Amino acid sequence: MGTDPRPRKQIHLAAHFPGVNNTTVWADDRSGSQIDFASFEHLARTAERGLFDFFFLAEGLRLREHKGRIHDLDVLGRPESLTVLNALAAVTERLGLAGTVSATFNEPYELARRFASLDHLSGGRAAWNVVTTSDAFTGENFRRGGYLDRADRYTRAAEFLATARELWDSGADGGVPHRVEHRGPHFTVRGEFALPRSPQGHPVVIQAGDSAEGREFAASAADVIFTRHSGQEAGRAFYADVKRRLPAYGRRPADLKIMPGVTFVLGDTAAEAQEAAVEIRRRQVSPQTALLTLEQVWGVDLSSYDPDGPLPEIDPDPDGELARGRVRIADPQAVADKWRALSRAKGLSIRETVIEATGRQSFVGTPASVAHEMDAFVQSDAADGFILVPHLTPGGLDPFVERVVPLLQERGVFRTEYTGTTLRSHLGLPEPARPARKD
Amino acid sequence: MPVPHHPPRLAVALDAPQDPPRPDAAHYTALARLAERGTLDFVTLGDRFGGPGPDALAVLARIAPATARIGLVPTVTTTHTEPFHVSTAVATLDWVSRGRAGWTVEVSTTEAEAALVGLPQVLGFARTGRDPHPAAPSAEVWSEAGEVAEVAGLLWDSWEDDAEIRDRATGRFVDRDRLHHVDFTGRTFSVRGPSIVPRPPQGRPVTVVDATGDTGGPDGGPSPFGGSPEAGGAARLEVAAARADVALVRAEDPQTAGAARAALRERARAHGRDPGALLVLASLPVELESAADAAGLADLLGDWYAQGAADGFHLRPADPARDLSRIVEGTVPLLRERGLLRRSYEGTTLRAHLGLPRPASIYALAREVS
Ligand SMILES: Cc1cc2nc3c(=O)[nH]c(=O)nc-3n(C[C@H](O)[C@H](O)[C@H](O)COP(=O)(O)O)c2cc1C
Repeated sequence: MGTDPRPRKQIHLAAHFPGVNNTTVWADDRSGSQIDFASFEHLARTAERGLFDFFFLAEGLRLREHKGRIHDLDVLGRPESLTVLNALAAVTERLGLAGTVSATFNEPYELARRFASLDHLSGGRAAWNVVTTSDAFTGENFRRGGYLDRADRYTRAAEFLATARELWDSGADGGVPHRVEHRGPHFTVRGEFALPRSPQGHPVVIQAGDSAEGREFAASAADVIFTRHSGQEAGRAFYADVKRRLPAYGRRPADLKIMPGVTFVLGDTAAEAQEAAVEIRRRQVSPQTALLTLEQVWGVDLSSYDPDGPLPEIDPDPDGELARGRVRIADPQAVADKWRALSRAKGLSIRETVIEATGRQSFVGTPASVAHEMDAFVQSDAADGFILVPHLTPGGLDPFVERVVPLLQERGVFRTEYTGTTLRSHLGLPEPARPARKD
Repeated sequence: MPVPHHPPRLAVALDAPQDPPRPDAAHYTALARLAERGTLDFVTLGDRFGGPGPDALAVLARIAPATARIGLVPTVTTTHTEPFHVSTAVATLDWVSRGRAGWTVEVSTTEAEAALVGLPQVLGFARTGRDPHPAAPSAEVWSEAGEVAEVAGLLWDSWEDDAEIRDRATGRFVDRDRLHHVDFTGRTFSVRGPSIVPRPPQGRPVTVVDATGDTGGPDGGPSPFGGSPEAGGAARLEVAAARADVALVRAEDPQTAGAARAALRERARAHGRDPGALLVLASLPVELESAADAAGLADLLGDWYAQGAADGFHLRPADPARDLSRIVEGTVPLLRERGLLRRSYEGTTLRAHLGLPRPASIYALAREVS
């Protein structure tokens, strides 16, 4: 490392409010409410105490279903993102506030105004995670119904964001708004955006979605990518692939930060952390969750199987549609074959197989080893930072802030105070230039 | 007319009629705290699709943690927005304010607003219902607003209060028999449900409808309480009668206000509602140049209330900062002396301030019956 001519990269950190999936361990005495404002306030204040770049909320616009009934094993129920973020702006001062909002089930004018409002009301701390909700299932809650093919989803998202940027740029200065005339395949928007330009120019834009279309969209337009590629090798490949796409859009590598979503388990010793990690995995994958996960792969009812017994010998139904509201598994037969091989090789039960095959704890160890590993990750260009997903609401981030952040600061790779007031300044992103006026 | 038991409800608008709302959290926080010092029931903040100024619901969410008791009632428009999003945003305002949220239902009838949205044919979508573009007549968008208010209520009810069970023995986080698809099909949209947001603290946040609109009559037409109501005005009144917890009426004298109240309560009864569940507030412009004006306002409110003109008042100051401090320093103490205003809040939710019960989920009621 000492011979590396580059200055050490600074790590960016964000806090994910634990979402509605089986990462969250609700069957724990320390697990609090997923909906009371006090929970959001606690996690956001913890993140700000830890000098994090931003706080992050996911979105799901329909409750997931399994076998035609509402999925009842994981945490569910969450607030509407922008409203919570506006309230959090009152109880934090510097922390960025990022909300996931679908570009598929919204309209550009309305959403541009809502994000500009958040940016103003928070003093320049807003971020929008632009997702492209993929299913007709979700569409049943909306006027427009239906869904869009992947290709259309991203052309809509790109035009949506471009339109929002036109509106943000047109904001009233000295009280005089400029007229916007946008005409494209997805939208025709004509009129005035009567808010002043917001404190960051544009809210920070985050993208989450791994397909080639998603990566291209991010390279062209996003400030941050939220990715699931959290392993070293996969991370480096993803990082290189995305950064390679930037010059085509006249952008530099530093203009797009890559932040994988990661989990962590801390212990006083490595063995203690490992033990805790195993216990957390067992709690995340209850016997019921193990069977349900298997049914999602197989696409058939497996309720007669014993979660502590062997995997089914029957093959998956490629057209089975037991689970709704989740991203579909592309090749269930391949996944089933792999899981059966794993189970046979190690003599694992259904539940043990699911625990092993779906495990995704990223950083397990002592505070020192986790700090070291995270730093190595960032310095080796597997990431620019991390979005931390604690497994407990709302106190799950506290140990990280208390024990790991100081070690990152000692290493000289994490800020010791906020130097700016806006999220763009925390991320080292320039304020977007205001385009020259045509009028 | 006998004087009702509950003292008059009292609310105040934070938006200045002349200036567009500003994206300034400190300004609105200071005003709402002032209103809270005066133990008012709620503050309203106006809005319309297309601004100008910030989103009113965002502003009131921003100030919610900086206040403790005052009700927060933003205007939310229903014409060019998704009913599902409207319902979750208002429910979330109730969560972040711990039970102090309401919303004033409004519509958009202008071409300028319609031009801000979308285009007629939308790639790839299976369109249902009326297209939001171009502008539709007032009667049509008000009838749609009534459906939006209806589906919002169903979505708020779609999680029964005790749906979250966290049952470790069976591994179930919720009792899915207490979550409900609302399966609403209206004339212009449909919503499957359930909500993604658990039932908010008030069960249903308070629904407010400005029954007369801001130009005397809706769309600049004649007041529906004098002469023949035009189509949009009648639809607006129907939504107030059928869906509102609180209706606002703009009237220049207590007789007109009283007649409007009687008419609204009659319409509410025709919709099968208990007319007592619909509070009618006289919405009055106020401009308090002096302390004497503040005292005069107390006299006027007491007088109108004694005459049965309204269940309370919604004050619309010409200059909110100046007039609100005059109200709190001059009018409020006099109202308190006369027993017409609380000295401190007894309850913590907007429904409690208004004396409105917390409704049970209709799905929970249906379960009890069956
Ligand atoms: C890390 C990550 C987080 C995501 N979070 C959300 C979310 O909160 N809400 C949502 O609707 N979609 C979310 N998505 C889904 C994406 O927006 C997208 O719909 C999905 O990944 C399919 O797109 P793709 O084909 O480009 O991968 C997320 C995706 C990733 C990779």
